[in-house]
Amino acid sequence: MNNFYSHLDLPSEEIISSCIHCGMCLQSCPTYNLTFDELSSPRGRIRLIKYVAEGKLQLTEKFAYEMNFCLDCQACETACPAGVKYGSLVEAARVQVEHSEYTSSLSRLIKKVAFRKILPNFKYLKLFAKLLRFYQNSLIGKFAAKILRVISKKLYEVNRLAPRVSSFFTDEIFPEKIQPLNEKKFTVLFPVGCLMNVMFAEENKDTIELLTKLGCEVIIPKKQTCCGSLPAHNGDLEQARKLAKATLESFKEYDFDFVISNSAGCGAFMKEYKHILKDDKEYSSLAKKFSDKVKDITEFLYQNYDFTQFKSEEPLDITYHEPCHLVHTQKVSNEPKLILLQIQNLNLIPLNEATWCCGSAGIYNVVNYEPALKILERKMNNIKNTNAKIVLTGNPGCLGQIRYGKEIFNMNVEVLHPVTLLNRIIKSGDLK
Amino acid sequence: MIKEIVLNKIKSIVGADNFTTSDEHRIVYSYDATPVLNQLPDAVVFPENAEQISAIMKLANEEKFAVIPRGAGTGLSGGSIPVENSIVLVMTKWRKIIELDIDNQTILVEPGVITETIDLEANKFNLFYPPDPGSIKVCTIGGNVAENAGGLRGLKYGVTKNYVLGIEFVSPTGELIWTGGKNFKDVAGYNLRDILVGSEGTLGIFTKILLRLIPRPKLSKTILAAFSTNVDSGKAVAEITSSGITPAMLEFLDNTTIKCVEDYAKIGLDTSINSLLIIEVDGKTSEVEDDQNKIKNICEKNNALYVKIAKDENEANKLKAARRSAFSALARVSPTTILEDATVPRSKLPEMLEAIQKIVKEEDVMLGNFGHAGDGNLHPTCLTDEGNSTELHKAEKTFERIFNTAIKLGGTITGEHGVGLAKKNFLELQIGSAGLEFMKKIKSVWDPNNVLNPGKIFSLKPKCEGVLPSNKNQIKNFEEGI
Repeated sequence: MNNFYSHLDLPSEEIISSCIHCGMCLQSCPTYNLTFDELSSPRGRIRLIKYVAEGKLQLTEKFAYEMNFCLDCQACETACPAGVKYGSLVEAARVQVEHSEYTSSLSRLIKKVAFRKILPNFKYLKLFAKLLRFYQNSLIGKFAAKILRVISKKLYEVNRLAPRVSSFFTDEIFPEKIQPLNEKKFTVLFPVGCLMNVMFAEENKDTIELLTKLGCEVIIPKKQTCCGSLPAHNGDLEQARKLAKATLESFKEYDFDFVISNSAGCGAFMKEYKHILKDDKEYSSLAKKFSDKVKDITEFLYQNYDFTQFKSEEPLDITYHEPCHLVHTQKVSNEPKLILLQIQNLNLIPLNEATWCCGSAGIYNVVNYEPALKILERKMNNIKNTNAKIVLTGNPGCLGQIRYGKEIFNMNVEVLHPVTLLNRIIKSGDLK
Repeated sequence: MIKEIVLNKIKSIVGADNFTTSDEHRIVYSYDATPVLNQLPDAVVFPENAEQISAIMKLANEEKFAVIPRGAGTGLSGGSIPVENSIVLVMTKWRKIIELDIDNQTILVEPGVITETIDLEANKFNLFYPPDPGSIKVCTIGGNVAENAGGLRGLKYGVTKNYVLGIEFVSPTGELIWTGGKNFKDVAGYNLRDILVGSEGTLGIFTKILLRLIPRPKLSKTILAAFSTNVDSGKAVAEITSSGITPAMLEFLDNTTIKCVEDYAKIGLDTSINSLLIIEVDGKTSEVEDDQNKIKNICEKNNALYVKIAKDENEANKLKAARRSAFSALARVSPTTILEDATVPRSKLPEMLEAIQKIVKEEDVMLGNFGHAGDGNLHPTCLTDEGNSTELHKAEKTFERIFNTAIKLGGTITGEHGVGLAKKNFLELQIGSAGLEFMKKIKSVWDPNNVLNPGKIFSLKPKCEGVLPSNKNQIKNFEEGI
């Protein structure tokens, strides 16, 4: 059938027809809950994707807008009893939008420069990060912020939204191989990530320290690149596949038991390698072997360790926000909570709507600032109602977004990656 | 198509922001949860208040276009699917809870409020709104009242109509009318309220709904009983209901359904068993424990493989949520699932189950069966493919035979989904021609120009012969009589 798509990565017809339009997804969708209009619901978007695929609707500006208005949080996949893989549909539709005339100039710029030039090349990435760090720390940055405030509220907020560049970069302070602090149990590969490496280096350091305390030899591959997650989720599958292959190349030379990810988005995508490269003669078997070893850090910890012996020095009220790419994409939900429940003196307070997106969604909060802010406000209210002193979440996007929320809504709460709290609690001498 | 000049008049009533004729909007309001059927409306409107709805209805009568009211679009009989020459009137933004009256135990809501929200709100004051259709988390109360929605707790607590105390509605000719109220006894004039409940959007557009709440039961227990045959579980159901126990819920799932539900919910259901009952008892503590033991004994007597009791509320809720997902979960097996809701008096349930088994075998179709065994309301679901016309035709034939059997057993073609577009060919079979003609007369008096959700339940003019419409042309023919 003739369709109005122009790129080879078509939304799968099989997935389109697996939707029986029952509507059970509606309430789970953060954007539908902003508009209460079927147009911004998963069911509505699938119908639009179907119509374009069948050549009954041109790829219009409104279509493009809806595909990018979607957070791709995949909460609808969790809600869907029929098991429709909505995420892969909307990601394929975004590829089509990127190859149409209806792509916003800001997102095109981000995609061209960030995804294609900066992220793949750690030299450029770090250079860029150093410049940004200089900017953020200098008087120029503060002055620029003031000017932005006057000329554009949106630019000012986006400027504030950018997570601060770390004072050090992970791959610069750690060697390639880090020995465990006690008897070796596992050898794990730890991709330090692109953004994690330069903007969440503290979290990376906590991850490495924690793993070595728990008897892991940690390998940081020297030649690694961005894993491809950000481009894949934003309509640049070509670049994502290229980066996936480069990542596989960089890990080829090592022997390891697991690949550990502390970034839900990266973990989700590295688990996807085996699907997106399944037709690639050269890489399919390598991708399968690799993907099967990928574990989110909390998944790995829960499956291999018992945390009941550990105790927080002081009683702590904590709560846990579930990153979309962890709960909805990777289906890892119980593991992090069960670890926290095992540790003595931690009081885990249930977070209402814990699996509801925080509005970060990759670059969503930059491109769609206003709806992202409304979604963030809902999240911050729920966090406030727990009265917890610490909110934990295992994804750089969520960490950045909730820390930003804490600033603008003036809240007294510490926003941490679970590994940071675990690393504070677990001392190397604790281990038997 | 509605004329441009008329569309502009509609636009000026609701304002440009609440009006659209874009292809994208028309596409996403062309369907509801009913399989196969769809039709593009000419425009989509989001009214902001009753006055706007009233003005639209008056205009519809002047200019002769059809108005299709719509909630969340989770209906299964095509009740909110557009017809030719129509606009869709979307009520999902009407989400206010206007008043919760604790003294009188009532709640006044706007029609777009999600059904589950009403019970959650009631729960804060230890009150209870029992009707719980499978789509409770997404459907709107307006749609529930229009379809007189049932649900899992129908056996003990009844259905939506048992809780509707009052309705504010805009009539098809545009008058704003209030009917009913907080009085438990009220015989002033004709009971307009009760004819609106289940009117499938053909007699009025609701703008406010007053509902009765009841005290929340102190305790509830959920029991799971596994059987090796449907006949055994059918017998257990009959014995439970005739033993003087009224469970809040008595749900039946066959093997196909169990497998699909487990594949989705992953709650550890045993997928090797052929027949499963999910039973809930509630009330006072002593009563609940007593009922629970009796039910356990009855199930065991009828060759239950095992009987388990959910250990806590969390586990019970997971079981119930899994059961509610049954219809959609069955889509894991095939791309099209046609769900029906033929219902029989509960004493006839074993006979009905047996007949369905026979029909399925003879017609050679794949069918998942589940439903509210306690109140005789089954959901035989045909697992088919709308792209394959031979398969679809077999499904139609299967349902025709199932409907006929239900009627023969003193049952009904629809227990809780409504007639809508999907079952209007079978209505006469059940209620007879005099009954049908009388219903049509009522519709003509309320809606002389036949502008509010026309063609639903019945056509006012001679309609095409034949079975369920399965492609665009057939649906078009279907609606030509309007």
